Amino acid sequence: MVLELFGRVALAIIFLLLLVAYLIYVERKIIAAIQRRKGPNIVGFFGLLQPFADALKLLHKETIVPSLSPKILFLLAPVLTFFFSFMAWAVIPIGAGYVFADISVGLLYLMALTSLSGYGILIAGWASQSTYALLGSLRSAAQMISYEISLSLVLVPVLLLSGSLNLTAIVEAQQNLWFIIPLFPMFVIFLISVFAETNRAPFDLPEAEAELVAGYHVEYTSMSFAFFFLAEYANMILMSAMATILFLGGWLSPCEGLIHLPGPVWFCLKISLVLFLFMWVRASFPRLRYDQLMRLGWKVLLPFSFAWVILTAGVVVLTQ
Amino acid sequence: MSMFRKHIKRFLLVDLLGGLWKTLTYLWKPKVTLNYPFEKNPLSPRFRGEHALRRYDNGEERCIACKLCEAVCPAQAIIIESDEKEDGTRFATRYDIDMTKCIYCGLCEEACPVDAIVEGPNYEFAQETREALYYTKEKLLENGDLWESAIKVRLEQKGSL
Repeated sequence: MVLELFGRVALAIIFLLLLVAYLIYVERKIIAAIQRRKGPNIVGFFGLLQPFADALKLLHKETIVPSLSPKILFLLAPVLTFFFSFMAWAVIPIGAGYVFADISVGLLYLMALTSLSGYGILIAGWASQSTYALLGSLRSAAQMISYEISLSLVLVPVLLLSGSLNLTAIVEAQQNLWFIIPLFPMFVIFLISVFAETNRAPFDLPEAEAELVAGYHVEYTSMSFAFFFLAEYANMILMSAMATILFLGGWLSPCEGLIHLPGPVWFCLKISLVLFLFMWVRASFPRLRYDQLMRLGWKVLLPFSFAWVILTAGVVVLTQ
Repeated sequence: MSMFRKHIKRFLLVDLLGGLWKTLTYLWKPKVTLNYPFEKNPLSPRFRGEHALRRYDNGEERCIACKLCEAVCPAQAIIIESDEKEDGTRFATRYDIDMTKCIYCGLCEEACPVDAIVEGPNYEFAQETREALYYTKEKLLENGDLWESAIKVRLEQKGSL
């Protein structure tokens, strides 16, 4: 029994790793297409083996630890980041019943883990003993805290409508109407906050190449760098999954006629749609300035989501 | 009123959506990438690439060791040592170009009175060591033999032959 569960978890992790590897490939292809380039096309058909070539390259490089840095912390940071971003997948239901841990506080667990992943970045910046890394991690921490507040506020209307923190129950509450329709402004705010939360363009200030070289992972090489890289993309998929579950009806099919397609397929399609948005936005918008980032988070998104929470609560009370 | 409209526009993300639409239309536009090792750009006859020492049609070396190229070279990448043959003509016993110093300005080519040193069309001569980029006279002559047909066409197109 335990062994079977272990095997299933291992399978899920390998599948996720593959997904992450190909997400990187797809991102390179999409951004290349938008910039009228070809993207990777040499290794394998259409460059399909590129992720493996990259992985091999990273694996056989030397892991360098800066001489002044505390070794344990330095090596712990990427592992932590990686660990948290994969741990969160335990509660994500990809179909009716397809979930590892169907706990009653799934959404809270997700929020807790996304907050914890900030620690990996902070530790990395601190342990690197490098100005750039420290600045990058400080920015990242400030950014994550600011946007987590509006992110959690966005979740409140969803909770009010579904009446549960259990992710399966949230999806089932969308049987008749996906939450994106009554809560569309919240969906937009959720997406913006998620871009900031995952340190993606146009909010990729923690790793702004123009100012900070690479931010918190300047000093990392080889596998320790790969862990950060994989964690960033795994977080992206996780956040897309969250958007799908909270607003796009999870594994539910959009109309009656297509009900025969299994749930996980719908789930994957919706996740791909949100992921495409991630890439599309990255290819379109320039990076925000730091003060603009803070202003947007505290002065625009936060009051607006507050107002919407009150509005939704009022509507729920009135209709009950 | 205009302020109001500006705020509404900003609030509804009109400009951002317009930008996204613009990039989306670019998604299907034809690609402009040159698939480099398989496709190459056409080269101008004036392109200054790897150096070569040329010969006359009868196989005699053109270089007369006048050292004008050595003198004009701004990077001081050329070293020439000369000697005299029995019939009194000068020739180079040593003609070295340090390709790591060369700045590909083409002044050696301009200075040469006999069109001996030229910069050919080849730009794919990367090496893994610096030593391999210290070209000797043999290497340069070999280049000349290898690229002579292309060099001749280029000189004709340039109008300097």
